[in-house]
Amino acid sequence: MPDQLLEVRDLTVEYDTGDRPVVAVDRVDLDVHAGEFVGVVGESGCGKSTLLFAIAQLLSSPAAITGGTVRFQGQDLVTMTEKKLSALRWRDFSVVMQSAMNALNPVKSIGAQFRDTIRAHDEPVADERPAEVLRLVGIDPIHLNSYPHQLSGGMRQRAMIAMALLFTPDLIIMDEPTSALDVVAQRSLMVQIKELQKQLGFAVIFVTHDMSLVSHFSDKLVVMYAGQVVEFGDTRAVFDAPQHPYSAGLLDAFPSIRGPKVPLTGIPGTPPNLASPPPGCRFQPRCPKAFEDCPKIEPELYQVGAVQARCLLNVKEPVQERTS
Amino acid sequence: MTSTDVTETGVTESAATPLLEARELTRHFRVGRGFGRQMLHAVDEVNFTIGRQEIVALAGESGSGKSTIARLLAGVYKPTSGEILYQGRSTSTYRSRKDQLAYRGDVPMVFQDPFSSLNPAFRVSHGVLRSLKLHRPELSRAERFEEAERVIEAVGLSPAGDIMNRYPYELSGGQRQRIGFAQALAHKPKLILADEPVSMLDVSIRIGLLNLMAELRETQGVSFLYITHDIASARYVADRLMIMYAGHVVETGPTESVLQNPKHPYTDLLLGAVPDPRAPLSTGIEGDTGEPPKVIDPTPGCRFRWRCPLAIDRCHSETPLLRVLGKNHEAACHVAEPDAN
Repeated sequence: MPDQLLEVRDLTVEYDTGDRPVVAVDRVDLDVHAGEFVGVVGESGCGKSTLLFAIAQLLSSPAAITGGTVRFQGQDLVTMTEKKLSALRWRDFSVVMQSAMNALNPVKSIGAQFRDTIRAHDEPVADERPAEVLRLVGIDPIHLNSYPHQLSGGMRQRAMIAMALLFTPDLIIMDEPTSALDVVAQRSLMVQIKELQKQLGFAVIFVTHDMSLVSHFSDKLVVMYAGQVVEFGDTRAVFDAPQHPYSAGLLDAFPSIRGPKVPLTGIPGTPPNLASPPPGCRFQPRCPKAFEDCPKIEPELYQVGAVQARCLLNVKEPVQERTS
Repeated sequence: MTSTDVTETGVTESAATPLLEARELTRHFRVGRGFGRQMLHAVDEVNFTIGRQEIVALAGESGSGKSTIARLLAGVYKPTSGEILYQGRSTSTYRSRKDQLAYRGDVPMVFQDPFSSLNPAFRVSHGVLRSLKLHRPELSRAERFEEAERVIEAVGLSPAGDIMNRYPYELSGGQRQRIGFAQALAHKPKLILADEPVSMLDVSIRIGLLNLMAELRETQGVSFLYITHDIASARYVADRLMIMYAGHVVETGPTESVLQNPKHPYTDLLLGAVPDPRAPLSTGIEGDTGEPPKVIDPTPGCRFRWRCPLAIDRCHSETPLLRVLGKNHEAACHVAEPDAN
């Protein structure tokens, strides 16, 4: 496909813990097309942040990519040298971290940090670019002279996003950028990200544990559980008819402010220890629909209508044969 | 506000006396020094009551003063002015350590962050046993262990004996927060102040803790002040909802009444911001960046007026007070219309 921007195949990340490696990301496939908004959701410890770090090649020991490829604009990032990667970062893809509060240098003004980023690349950037990107995210350029502590939490997150936009990259990877904000600020940031995306045409990978947050913003949704993709498809399709019991559980986990009040149960139990995942399906010990095959057979991703789901209830035909 | 019938001794236990009442509760903080000294009005003249076995949700954005209220009620801060009446008696009249201890045992607090509120160097039984020793000295050592097992089981952790001997790092965030509730329960409390107890937890386990609060209300007969910025979860557990903005309570009423028929424009804004996949994407709050208001040396007038789409001249000169606009439903807004009937 010509507009394929990012192609992740069989990506596996292991944490070396001494005795037995912990597989935090297990053979994950992910496609992102130009201008697409992909949401990645799952509980803490499901490997979603590790996946992001692996895509951006930001993993540090003891985590390491032990298999698979990450092709970005046709180039494999996994085998790329650090020097080439540095040139790509910020310019072609950028990462917005979870706590932008801590990602900004407290003793440098916002403007100085923008200039640092620009200086690290050979790309010519107009002098007014920092002011321009700040205006894009709705911050008065006067704050180029401000220090991070002078900005509110929401403004700091916006400043981080502005920094990610300096070179107008093709892909922005966001790791729970709104988790430290409250609802109104969160909502306004989401709307703004979406608007900027429409305006500038970059693609977004958006990681969050709150499925409801991305419901109106993402085109595709990836649901992760215990290091694996358990469901993948168009966001609307997943929300309307989740095919994996885990996605269904996540959807039923938060109350609504509209409609009748219904008792909710959430998902019982806790996510498995990845050092010794349960046999068969990894969700099986917590699954309300588990049957006798579940602990025996490890499910693949199966095509169910418009979505793919890793659940034996949907066994028809595997999406693809895996040889590796 | 309910009229009170406090006697001179102040210990009436009549049904008409609310469990806890805040009257004109105010807390200011000094910021800056010398000529730059200013006053930050964190909580300004707030009135509310909490009944027995009632769950009251206090909602608002960060910086609105909700946590300050919890800390005032817990006795961490002293009010700048106003008072807190507990079972009809003002907490400022507590002189003896015995009185203060009894109040703190009756009104414990559960904190937001279960990862930093438990001491990592001790087993989880440590906190529960210590508060039992402090607040219920009549129990023998064996009885304390029995009681600790009881409360740990009451919060849904079992087997209690095994859980008690674990260290905090061996528990998940949800389990740790349950230990926080167990510690609070150990003193046989009347009112638990829960300050954003689920906001640090995964969405999938939040609901379990909300269910736990509802269950503890039934089985242990406690009331809750549930502080949150998540209105949907407030709706799920709370009987009554109070909305705070910039140190003022701007709207209060039965949860459903406030949600179905919000009177204050800020409540409207909050409701519009709640992500809800079951509903179409609402519009109308675009452009509002959710910047928290500054309440340093405020001038008279509504504190929401700069963000308010409905503001009129009067809003800039006169601070609106809570007015009754529906059944048990009050809002502090010059523009809001009362119910038709």
